[in-house]
Amino acid sequence: MNRLALFIPFALCLALGAFLFFSLGKDPLDLPSALVDEAFPEFDLEELHDPERQVSTEDFAGQVLLVNVWATWCFACRIEHPWLNSLAEEGVAIVGLNYKDHRKLAQDWLQERGDPYQFSIFDPRGVLGIDLGVYGAPETYLVDAQGIIRHRRVGVVDERVWNEEFRDLYQQLVDQANAK
Amino acid sequence: MPSNSLLSFGWLKQAGLLLLLLSSVAVAVEDVVNFSDESLRPRYQQLLEELRCPKCQNQNLADSNSAISQDLRAEVQRLLEQDLTDAEIKEYLKNRYSEFILYRPEVNRATGFLWAAPVVLVLLGGFIILRLSRRKKPSQSEKLNVSPRSVEQQQRLDELLNSHKRGSE
Repeated sequence: MNRLALFIPFALCLALGAFLFFSLGKDPLDLPSALVDEAFPEFDLEELHDPERQVSTEDFAGQVLLVNVWATWCFACRIEHPWLNSLAEEGVAIVGLNYKDHRKLAQDWLQERGDPYQFSIFDPRGVLGIDLGVYGAPETYLVDAQGIIRHRRVGVVDERVWNEEFRDLYQQLVDQANAK
Repeated sequence: MPSNSLLSFGWLKQAGLLLLLLSSVAVAVEDVVNFSDESLRPRYQQLLEELRCPKCQNQNLADSNSAISQDLRAEVQRLLEQDLTDAEIKEYLKNRYSEFILYRPEVNRATGFLWAAPVVLVLLGGFIILRLSRRKKPSQSEKLNVSPRSVEQQQRLDELLNSHKRGSE
């Protein structure tokens, strides 16, 4: 019995080693999200293309949709953009949140690369960004018909990410919304 | 080529001085924060020390110069001016950026172990040390499992050792 007790430190070391080893595979940038299953924060901001128009959560109009945070200064957004265009073609509703950007630059960017967004929220000071807990771009939120955030992706949404994280949940939410 | 190398050193020195000058300017620019009430400043500093930059992870808001940290510093300042308490400001940011943003985690079920671990480990260590020191120390002869030497035996042993020493000289 006493001899077995000598192995306790060894067992503890093994346990610690295992814990650290499995933590290695985790992405440290993958932060817990405070807003999943919470209502999309209220906002009242100008539309990107039309400064006269104020947009708010009411403009989500009870659709299941993606809110995509992007900016012209964000390099990964360029990589992401073609996939957003093809999602929009498939009929997925996407709302743009132009984050800490210049209106003219952003308008030109969308002109050049195509505009997948139903409308674009213009947030030059990142006010809505802070309410959403945005800390980089791109970020994408899946919002259900009740305006509740159901999923958040920090980083690029491409075909692989869409299939792995969004497709099933999106379809499920759309079906739910249609059933009502 | 001694003159040549001297020349290049002079150039380096000048460049170094220039860099020094520029860097001090940059630091000075960074710290301009105006409060309506100067008594807010220590609280502001304290909060920045305890809030983590969500983008750069191993820095707090005071250290980090990333865009999001600048925004959050401005946000903390805005909230302080609105007369929110420190706890309310932390709560406000936690609701948006999750508990991750707090460098000093709250005590709850998930972090309980983290908080308790140092106390538990110190107590455990103390307990083990106590146990080990209380155990009766065996004397030298007990350890070797031999009976103490008699006076004659000791003399004989000394003789042997001495003769061995002499022999080897």
